[in-house]
Amino acid sequence: MCSLCGILGCDDHWTSAVDRPGVYSRNTDRHARRSEGARRLKAANRVLDFRRLKMSEFHGTSYVLKSPTGASRVFDALSHLWPEAEALATRGFDPLDEELIAFMERQ
Amino acid sequence: MTRPLMTPVTLLTGFLGSGKTTLLQKLLTDPDMARAAVLINEFGEIGLDHQLLDRIDDNVVLMKSGCICCTVRGEVADALINLDEMRARGEIDFDRVVIETTGLADPYPVLQTLQAHPVLRSHFRSGGVLTTVDAVNAAAQMNHRAEAVRQIAAADRIVLTKTDLAGDVTDLRAALARVNPVARVVTSDMGASDILGDLDAVHSLIEPDACGTCGHHHDGDDHDHGHHHHHHDDTLGVVTFSLTVEHPLDWTDFGIWLTLLLHRYGDRIFRVKGILAIDGEDQPVAVHGVQHLVHAPVHMEHWPDGPRHSRLVFILEGIDPALIRRSFHAFMRLDDTTGAKAA
Repeated sequence: MCSLCGILGCDDHWTSAVDRPGVYSRNTDRHARRSEGARRLKAANRVLDFRRLKMSEFHGTSYVLKSPTGASRVFDALSHLWPEAEALATRGFDPLDEELIAFMERQ
Repeated sequence: MTRPLMTPVTLLTGFLGSGKTTLLQKLLTDPDMARAAVLINEFGEIGLDHQLLDRIDDNVVLMKSGCICCTVRGEVADALINLDEMRARGEIDFDRVVIETTGLADPYPVLQTLQAHPVLRSHFRSGGVLTTVDAVNAAAQMNHRAEAVRQIAAADRIVLTKTDLAGDVTDLRAALARVNPVARVVTSDMGASDILGDLDAVHSLIEPDACGTCGHHHDGDDHDHGHHHHHHDDTLGVVTFSLTVEHPLDWTDFGIWLTLLLHRYGDRIFRVKGILAIDGEDQPVAVHGVQHLVHAPVHMEHWPDGPRHSRLVFILEGIDPALIRRSFHAFMRLDDTTGAKAA
């Protein structure tokens, strides 16, 4: 459930599209989902580190975001990652911000 | 009765008085549209009694927290679910739905509802956005009404209406191409198959180089090594910007980047459309977004003719394309000057 809006079952993110003919998705089988999940954590954490946040899996079905102070937020779809991260960090993640771009370039 | 796996939903939009209802009336007489259900939210004068009709009020529920899945266009969802249930009971039959929006509507909330609604997303998919443009008045509307520009930018196909009254539409076509170089332009006197054929969002993606359709000269456009080009329409503040990258892209990094970009700037990015060479994949992947929304990525069967490079086209307003380019390369771990994988 989306903790922001309370809508059930809204894993509607385009990278988690239901596997069907003509659609590109890594949401195909358990192994592919696990592999992509691990890659997703790594990729997201590269950006989240800008605000010292850390994302990990939660019971294999959701994600948990943690701040350096121990605050955390749980969500179940990548659609909610950035709203949740901004709420937890109390600051924005702006992909066009010079500081964030420079941070990513240094990695 | 054959029930399609996912019924396409086509949005018919266009500015007030641009001829949406007249076009719909014409299309509904075409045999190709015999099995279409129609949802209409402005009752016009024309008779549609032989068609399925429902009424949608223009209510948008947008919760303050700003999560994109919270944007739910309630009565559109209810109307579509009702149609689906009637079909399941055998009371009606249809294989596509056309929704005529109000003249001032932004198409994005309806597209978002199709993708985010827990029930709709299992039964319906986007069947493309058809935008009517009044050939007589469009130039003035585009200069003064942001809604008109957004509707044109969101279009998969633009239907020029009233061309018999407008005379030469060369300048208008050029203006439309500056706002939306990826939409094919047809005229309302064509048949339904020309107007609606391959409108489906999946098929309309298969355009090898969208910027090649815009009819403009791009200074320094050599489509090389991650270079980009863009052009402005100074009167509208709209920028079309394209990015070409030779090196295969990391799909996961791309997903994280585009999601963040549209989260922050979706209200100013009218369209993003592209063909991507994904690391580890032989076939290209097409992506297609409208504002905060990205449709399910399309796994294309083969590459179009030409180099197998990733190409992304943005239609945006009030954002510096150079910053998008830098951000893209930084997030994708690509060298900003060569486009190669950074060390």
